[in-house]
Amino acid sequence: MELKQGPNSRHSHTGFPGVTGNGSNPFQHLEKSAVLQEARIFNETPINPRRCLHILTKIIYLLNQGEHFGTTEATEAFFAMTRLFQSNDQTLRRMCYLTIKEMANISEDVIIVTSSLTKDMTGKEDVYRGPAIRALCRITDSTMLQAIERYMKQAIVDKVPSVSSSALVSSLHMVKRSYDVVKRWVNEAQEAASSDNIMVQYHALGLLYHLRKNDRLAVTKMLNKFTKSGLKSPFAYCMLIRIASKLLDETEGGHDSPLFDFIESCLRNKNEMVVYEAASAIVHMPNCTARELAPAVSVLQLFCSSPKAALRYAAVRTLNKVAMKHPSAVTACNLDLENLITDSNRSIATLAITTLLKTGSESSVDRLMKQISSFVSEISDEFKVVVVQAISSLCQKYPRKHSVMMNFLSNMLRDDGGFEYKRAIVDCIISIIEENPESKETGLAHLCEFIEDCEHTVLATKILHLLGKEGPRTPQPSKYIRFIFNRVVLESEAVRAAAVSALAKFGAQNDDLLPSVLVLMQRCMMDSDDEVRDRATFYMNVLQQKQKALNAAYIFNGLSVSIPGLEKSLHQYTLEPSEKPFDMKSVPLATAPITEHKTDMAPIATSKLPEKLAPSRQDIYQEQLAAIPEFQALGPLFKSSEQVQLTEAETEYVVRCIKHTFARHMVFQFDCTNTLNDQLLQKVVVQMEPSESYEVTNYIPATSLPYSQPGSCYTLVQLPDDDPTAVSCTFSCTMKYLVKDCDPNTGEPDDDGYDDEYVLEDLEVTVADHIQKVLKANFGAAWEEVGDEFEKEETFALASVQTLDEAVGNIISFLGMQPCERSDKVPENKNSHVLFLAGVFRGCHDVLVRARLALADGVTMQVTVRSSEETVVDVILASVG
Amino acid sequence: MDYATLEPSLYTVKAVFILDNDGNRLLSKYYDPELYPSMKEQKNFERNVFNKTHKADNEIAFLEGMTVVYKSSIDLFFYVVGSPQENELMLVAVLSCLFESLSQILRKNVERRCLLDNMEGVFLIVDEIIDGGVILESDPQQVLQKVNYRVDENPLSEQSVAQKHTVGVLSYLTCLVQSKTYLSCCYWRRFGQGETKAEQTELYYRTSN
Repeated sequence: MELKQGPNSRHSHTGFPGVTGNGSNPFQHLEKSAVLQEARIFNETPINPRRCLHILTKIIYLLNQGEHFGTTEATEAFFAMTRLFQSNDQTLRRMCYLTIKEMANISEDVIIVTSSLTKDMTGKEDVYRGPAIRALCRITDSTMLQAIERYMKQAIVDKVPSVSSSALVSSLHMVKRSYDVVKRWVNEAQEAASSDNIMVQYHALGLLYHLRKNDRLAVTKMLNKFTKSGLKSPFAYCMLIRIASKLLDETEGGHDSPLFDFIESCLRNKNEMVVYEAASAIVHMPNCTARELAPAVSVLQLFCSSPKAALRYAAVRTLNKVAMKHPSAVTACNLDLENLITDSNRSIATLAITTLLKTGSESSVDRLMKQISSFVSEISDEFKVVVVQAISSLCQKYPRKHSVMMNFLSNMLRDDGGFEYKRAIVDCIISIIEENPESKETGLAHLCEFIEDCEHTVLATKILHLLGKEGPRTPQPSKYIRFIFNRVVLESEAVRAAAVSALAKFGAQNDDLLPSVLVLMQRCMMDSDDEVRDRATFYMNVLQQKQKALNAAYIFNGLSVSIPGLEKSLHQYTLEPSEKPFDMKSVPLATAPITEHKTDMAPIATSKLPEKLAPSRQDIYQEQLAAIPEFQALGPLFKSSEQVQLTEAETEYVVRCIKHTFARHMVFQFDCTNTLNDQLLQKVVVQMEPSESYEVTNYIPATSLPYSQPGSCYTLVQLPDDDPTAVSCTFSCTMKYLVKDCDPNTGEPDDDGYDDEYVLEDLEVTVADHIQKVLKANFGAAWEEVGDEFEKEETFALASVQTLDEAVGNIISFLGMQPCERSDKVPENKNSHVLFLAGVFRGCHDVLVRARLALADGVTMQVTVRSSEETVVDVILASVG
Repeated sequence: MDYATLEPSLYTVKAVFILDNDGNRLLSKYYDPELYPSMKEQKNFERNVFNKTHKADNEIAFLEGMTVVYKSSIDLFFYVVGSPQENELMLVAVLSCLFESLSQILRKNVERRCLLDNMEGVFLIVDEIIDGGVILESDPQQVLQKVNYRVDENPLSEQSVAQKHTVGVLSYLTCLVQSKTYLSCCYWRRFGQGETKAEQTELYYRTSN
């Protein structure tokens, strides 16, 4: 052969490719047992370094492929391998280190190589020293660490960078296991930090931070030192920026501190990595002003036109995040973002478009949506969710665009996709329906089509529930019946049960559909599943009564009690057999869910945990209070208020109060914190002086309140029985306690103390404390159910209020009732509005309020109140006036 | 996604892996024990990442809640994985260091066969660049100096193979035609760039006859 022999002569060998048969993988079809057999040559003398090297490579390759090695065979191979330390072949020795690390967890007695590794670590061959340290630290536990401590300290400050780096990184790994030993090396790490080598600097900084991170003062000092002296390593700069922004975050200080100046100065660093880290840190700071953001945004803008995809991606992802809170700050980048919407990297294009959707004008929406639909099938689910979230926020911003969006969403709904993606779409459609009544029918139609072929039970039941709620009130309710009944025929138990409940709502609301619904119900009563049958039988019987009140109570508006509370009460009831029937009113009410508006809608690593019904805040309080003997006779907890601050921030003692309302009593829970480290407080009570006929009956002190450990004391107040209209009262509060001085360091108190007191701010009890929010899904039905027996009506002028929004907000917070039918949202450009509020008054009396508001030189309000109890109506009207 | 929860730390790299043309694992290291603890989960992840990335060379992707930077060369795919909050450029620095270092020891011949023939060098290089998730070195020259690895001129795996087969010109040619990947990588090296494939084949026939 007269082949030209290039410099790569060795490849003329490999130049016979197909000769090895299959895809030329020398490691294919490796048999673990055969390799272990081969490993016996480790014991031959003299050692053949090349063959041994090859066998070690095979072993590591097998381990890497996930081959399982039993303890005995691994130990055997490991011990044979130790013999290879006799060879001086460099690569072979390095592979021995790797084998030790790989086998550290599967072989026994790996510590046998400790002395060989210690020798290499302190020897003359610099090539061995670093890797030997890393292998040694891998097999060393905290008891043995002391034995090599001396060597580690020397290695950290060694002048050879690879040795120093290896020692620092290994120390960092061991901080988790042996913090107490490693923390003694802090001086050595300090010395290493001033090394000229950039990686040593970086590793030393990392170790120092990990050792000191719980001591904020030390971290601040360290940061000051390094930001002044200046580092060479870009990695170390990134680390410093992260430490600085964490400190800024914790101190909650203003952004005029030297730390912020440091981060800002990094925007002018010559390394892109550092510049990006700084920009990202600024963008992620809470409450950043537009002026502070501007320099960060402009460097990100520059990155948008970088030839490096990763940099473009990083920049546009960060800009996307800025656009969520400060869309106007990103507007300057719109042109650069426009250039990215055709980027071949679809992730970048998606992020650019979703950012533009947030910052751009209404007119660009159609064009952008068209662009994104051209490649939506190519992007990963994570980014599809980002797109859906962008659409969702867009719909809130430009309600008029809902038809374009709805169309787009319905197309996405038909495409393939995982659960998270589908859920995001369904949630988005539901929120559009709720915001725009005119889109309701199209939206419901899309959802109906979706459940025809939906593999996700959770989504199907959610949609069925929505159909039951919204469908009966559409102009043509009958068309939904078919979709719902199809579910009864085709789906799993949970979906069938949900479909039955939805059907019942149609029957209850629409008299003309009732006969057909009853026929379908009859069919459902023969279902194979208990739950479906039970529901069908129950609804069948309720519907046959044809009574509005029954329908409202048992079909439209379900139970309003707390589920964990109900469980507990029922359990209690079964423990004490009695003739009395179980009283639903003894169960604490459910606190209405607070509708939270998600603002952070970044692509989140979606949690894989199933959602669990967590006990509400009130259920927790109920449990805590029930554990105190004095409060056991009070009955179920009716309502717990939000925390009220009774002291200024930054005072000696911090006191917050939670008002717990019971049927005839109130319990005031004072959460106190002592912020003086030289005092111990004992027997802490809060004395209360009521302004009205309320009566303080009992004080339960906090026995001891050491420095910075919160404690609670309680005051029990009896509500006036004779005057049910006395719902508001002002209490003046004084905290009384016994002070003992103590040693700030040990916390050891003196024997003697003295009494002292501390005046707190006044505490108000208002009508809202007597009313629990209850959501009535169908307010109209509930209104009929309560009836007009005790209806009262009055008109008020709210002179000080200028807008309807403000008026609605004031009424809701004043009465503490739950707005229903989304009536808390006032449509734009309207000058009249009706607000529906529902609640339960202390003593389990339903109360409903309908407030008609009209805007004309201030707001005029006509309030109609219905309740099952006359005094309640009077109380509400009296307190509004 | 909340940046505020990002604890300053040296643990930058969550995983690194090298896959072949068919998405098979050649090397992979996971540094965060909480991320895909079992082999099955790891291989699923690799498979998913491969499916989403092997068609277009886009450098960066966001998959299963992780930032993935990647690079391909002939029939190899290199991936570095980090948390979604991680500075993407740090991950890119690791990836390019890995690629440059390998390119050097493989003499710019970054393809599957060469990589497998020098697997020990590959293991050592990865070990010098990342230690337990911490970036140990990011300069390829430093990495090469530390590894100090010389390409084995006559690897054992081929020796044994060569002993078993009589290497004739005919079989050589047949194999050339069969192995397309080989055509695309070895030819270029031997005959220099510039010629078209047909010219190369012609040239080859002439030289070998």
